[in-house]
Amino acid sequence: MKKVSIGNPHVATPYVIWSVIFIVVPLLMVAYYSFTDANGSFTFENISTIFQFNYLRIFGESILYAFVATAITLVISYPLAYFMTKTSLSTQATLMLLVMLPMWMNLLIRTYSISNILERNGIINTALDMLGFEKVQLINTPGAVILGMVYNFIPYMILPIYSVLSKIDNRLIEASSDLGANGLVTLRRVILPLSMPGAVSGITMVFVPSVSTFYISQKLGGIHNELIGDVIEQQFKLNNNYNLGASLSLVLMVMIIISLAIMNRFASDDDGGVIV
Amino acid sequence: MKSENIIELKDISIAFGSQTVLDGINLNIKYGEFVTLLGPSGCGKTTTLRIIGGFEEPDSGDILFDGKNINGVPSYKRQVNTIFQRYALFPHLNVYENIAFGMRVKKVKESEIKEKVSKMLKLVNLEGLEKRKIDTLSGGQQQRVAIARALANEPRVLLLDEPLAALDLKLRKDMQVELKNIQQSLGITFIFVTHDQEEALTMSDTIVVMDEGKIQQIGTPKDIYNEPENAFVADFIGESNILDGIMRKDYLAEFSGHKFECLDKGFAANEAVDVVVRPEDVDIVKPEDGMLTGVVTSVSFLGVHYEIIVDIGGFKWMIQTTDEAFEGETVGLYIEPDAIHIMKKSQYSGKYGDYSTYSDEIEHLNDTEPQEETENEKSFDW
Repeated sequence: MKKVSIGNPHVATPYVIWSVIFIVVPLLMVAYYSFTDANGSFTFENISTIFQFNYLRIFGESILYAFVATAITLVISYPLAYFMTKTSLSTQATLMLLVMLPMWMNLLIRTYSISNILERNGIINTALDMLGFEKVQLINTPGAVILGMVYNFIPYMILPIYSVLSKIDNRLIEASSDLGANGLVTLRRVILPLSMPGAVSGITMVFVPSVSTFYISQKLGGIHNELIGDVIEQQFKLNNNYNLGASLSLVLMVMIIISLAIMNRFASDDDGGVIV
Repeated sequence: MKSENIIELKDISIAFGSQTVLDGINLNIKYGEFVTLLGPSGCGKTTTLRIIGGFEEPDSGDILFDGKNINGVPSYKRQVNTIFQRYALFPHLNVYENIAFGMRVKKVKESEIKEKVSKMLKLVNLEGLEKRKIDTLSGGQQQRVAIARALANEPRVLLLDEPLAALDLKLRKDMQVELKNIQQSLGITFIFVTHDQEEALTMSDTIVVMDEGKIQQIGTPKDIYNEPENAFVADFIGESNILDGIMRKDYLAEFSGHKFECLDKGFAANEAVDVVVRPEDVDIVKPEDGMLTGVVTSVSFLGVHYEIIVDIGGFKWMIQTTDEAFEGETVGLYIEPDAIHIMKKSQYSGKYGDYSTYSDEIEHLNDTEPQEETENEKSFDW
């Protein structure tokens, strides 16, 4: 009987077929719709429509929101992940569970709960009212949208940073101390650079879903905080304009690639990015 | 009054959990000395080194550096540098930046750093590899980078934690010579940890033999080899036949049912003692000329000499000789008075020095540090 080895090139076949059907073909379809009109004839009109102020503004805002949300997530996650590695193994397991727990709940439900908290008559405002304070506008603000992004996507930042940090060899930290570096210098010169790959994948995993989200912005941002994900959704669901929707998606993809490339360039000098 | 000691350990004890790792260590290390801490795995030698480096705090006892107490001083403030087991080089930095690390932390001028790094690279024979990444270097090259990185800080004391354990035999021999040369040319104190007795004998000015968290003996390599203090030291350093004996009077010891002239004195009359006879100090002669007679039970040819096991009244002697003998042959043993070394009885009496379970003995001696990989064990020099 012929032995099937892992090195056998045919082992990859199912994955190749999968990739073609679910990745390559859809991408080609997106590209096809982007450069055709409703009748199926070739046109640049969809793309040129996008380069109008309104669409560009929404693109810009989407990237800005996602950028701010990613930055906040990073600033919260890094110290948290760092201190997690300093605790006992059982505490680490518990903290890890707490980080993961919200992910077992549906994103829509989580977002809906946040809107419940922030609403005009939500939990916070009710509490303020009872204490005799003025109600404040929390929902339908950029802050609410960014809060939603941070809350929903923070596990994707904590996990890769934690996993890289916990793998750093303690002897490297001792070596740094041996060579005269105190805790802060060691953090800057050894721990931060060694954990960069984790931060870069965390950034990628938070930025991409943030920039393309539509539910979070709809639920928490109201009509004034429309993001590009919402616009794309409308084109497909309301306007039935697959061509414009597809070209918006295509442009968004290109913008994500450019943003990540810039971020990776920023984050790591010579190792190359993790994703791009 | 300035003492001649750069480091003094006074009654150092430490326990990890319920396990006592060091138990009352007293040790003085002189300026410019090459000191080796030698012992089997788990004897506390690495912990002793880590206490000097500032990576562990002793539960009790004092550490003096230059006569000043440095208990509680963090490692980054101590004038010692360490070469770690498997080097602990920074993987995100190239060779140049690894060596420059300590100077960058101290904010040394760029021009000085450059000069120093190239001087260090020259010292360890790695010129031209400045830009190389650490993971592209061989084990021997990484070893050299670690040495350069530590020495670039001009430490007063260099701590070396089994630095050669991961190298193959030939490279290890070369590095032994090189390290010794570096130590002599720079004149700084080296504290070297190893479980390899041969390495300790070749390199050290002073050997500190440790076991079970205690110092068993401190002395020059010759002292340690020729005048072991107890059965453990005799067994750990080189091969030894260790027998139960009785000191009949000064210069006369009785063992294996025979009275031997010896050079030892100062024991009580008829005191029970341990007797050490090194395998290379025993001559094989005709049965009628021997002080003792026995039957050869095994012969191995080791190139330079034969290793012969002789059964004398149930105790198996190991003898290393260039004279050939044959299994089953009856032979006589002849021992010169200066080949006999008498030791006081200790907790180790009766545990070592009989070659009836010879294969086990080899396994025991090959027992390397737990952190080491199997590749190191293969290169262990026996």
